[in-house]
Amino acid sequence: MATHEVLSPLPGTFYRKPSPDAGPFVKDGDVVGVGDVIGLVEVMKMFNEVHADSAGTVVRFLVDDEAPVEAGQALLVIEG
Amino acid sequence: MISKLFIANRGEIAVRLVRAAQELGIPAVVGHSSADADSLAVRLASEAVEIGPPHPTKSYLNADSVMAAARSVGADALHPGYGFLSENAAFAEAVEAAGMVFVGPTPQAIRLMGDKAAARAAAQRAGVPTVPGSDGVISDLESARRIAAGIGFPIMIKASAGGGGRGIRVAENDAELLKLLPMAQAEARAAFGDHGVYLERFVRRAKHIEVQVLGDGTDVIHLFERECSLQRRRQKVIEEAPSPSLDGQARAALCDAAVRLAKSVGYRSAGTVEFLYDADARQFFFIEMNTRIQVEHPVTEMITGIDLAREMLRIGRGERLRLRQADVAMRGAAMEFRINAEDPDRNFAPAPGTITSLSLPGGPGVRVDSLLFDGYRVPPFYDSLLAKLIVWDEDRPAVLARGARALGEFKVEGVPSTVSLHLRMLADPQVRAGDYDTGYLERWFAAKQ
Repeated sequence: MATHEVLSPLPGTFYRKPSPDAGPFVKDGDVVGVGDVIGLVEVMKMFNEVHADSAGTVVRFLVDDEAPVEAGQALLVIEG
Repeated sequence: MISKLFIANRGEIAVRLVRAAQELGIPAVVGHSSADADSLAVRLASEAVEIGPPHPTKSYLNADSVMAAARSVGADALHPGYGFLSENAAFAEAVEAAGMVFVGPTPQAIRLMGDKAAARAAAQRAGVPTVPGSDGVISDLESARRIAAGIGFPIMIKASAGGGGRGIRVAENDAELLKLLPMAQAEARAAFGDHGVYLERFVRRAKHIEVQVLGDGTDVIHLFERECSLQRRRQKVIEEAPSPSLDGQARAALCDAAVRLAKSVGYRSAGTVEFLYDADARQFFFIEMNTRIQVEHPVTEMITGIDLAREMLRIGRGERLRLRQADVAMRGAAMEFRINAEDPDRNFAPAPGTITSLSLPGGPGVRVDSLLFDGYRVPPFYDSLLAKLIVWDEDRPAVLARGARALGEFKVEGVPSTVSLHLRMLADPQVRAGDYDTGYLERWFAAKQ
């Protein structure tokens, strides 16, 4: 099975959850399709959705919730 | 006395406060996040200390971290700037409890004005007009008609549980009220699960006009008004003083009202009393009071020649107001253009980046309050304000010409900017005539798309 990394499209703060009290968009073992929201990146107070660009199973996240990220940084690994 | 000032903020306002402190001979320490270690404020300050990770909730909004940093450097005063912790009464209390001067109003004043209902009541006690409305939810049609007759038409029917412009109907007269009220109640129940509605005067052409005040806890003076009606998504884009909408009589009434309110609460430091001005009825109504220095304060500094940041520090170290009302005069006109790292052609998408080339405007009557330097890396964690271009001239037509000239000189590369938007706005006949309300810019954008 090939693995694929989803990259952050923008620099900013990465969020795995839609709001602080909510559960994560996706977690390890979840099956995702192309276009599914896997997280948010906050850039200058604007929130941008991050979408899976490959279908498969989430293997692991490479970045913690609320961590600063660079544009192009790998966020999670999908196997599919 | 203040022997060392801690600046609990970032960006252009931190730079502004470092400069004000330096001019008074006060060493300034900038508390910064790890993302702001190489900022202009840090470069200019006499000392800097890290307060936490990039995200504001972990640094600039983290009261414990800020307090620990201020104590660790031996500061005896703290200036909160604007935003972040500046209007947090509990934080102001913590600063004072730690034996430091909070350069701003008392915690009590912050708390009072931060509570919408309490602030409205304070305004009414001080004889300052508030937006006429039903004090509470409407019970039945007959009382609605009676209350509406007292408030005057056009009138807004607003859902109690609504917000952000949702659940609002406008009745032009009694007949429309009879028709719309039951509909509004039914809609409110369907949309929000609560049929409660209240009534409020509808202002068709609303202008945002605010009055700058300075107080020392006993005396209060005003420094005239600023008009900030050019807004996008409730964010001010251009501010100017004096307001092109007021004549001398209206200006005097507005400024007197602001002073009355500030005096009635024993206001200390710089503050802004915001009014909604009905351009058709020529009436003003209190909206709220901002208990801090504001982004657009330089506009007032330009027309009065009074340095507000410096006055705040003087009041902070226990001095009485140096100026009486008769000492404050207005000369000429000024405009401020907020230059943001946003792309006006891509729906104002903000974009951080590294400044690859920078050339700032100069010449007479031109001031730039900015966080920029060549090679600066604009971080993605904070708001998109890059610079404020403030232009003064003898009268408003001259300001428009000088503003366009200075905007033409403003060159920044590496990030998008709103410079081109300002140039387009300055060419707009209604902007040039001062004939705009708080909805004007949104309608302007809608028409361009």
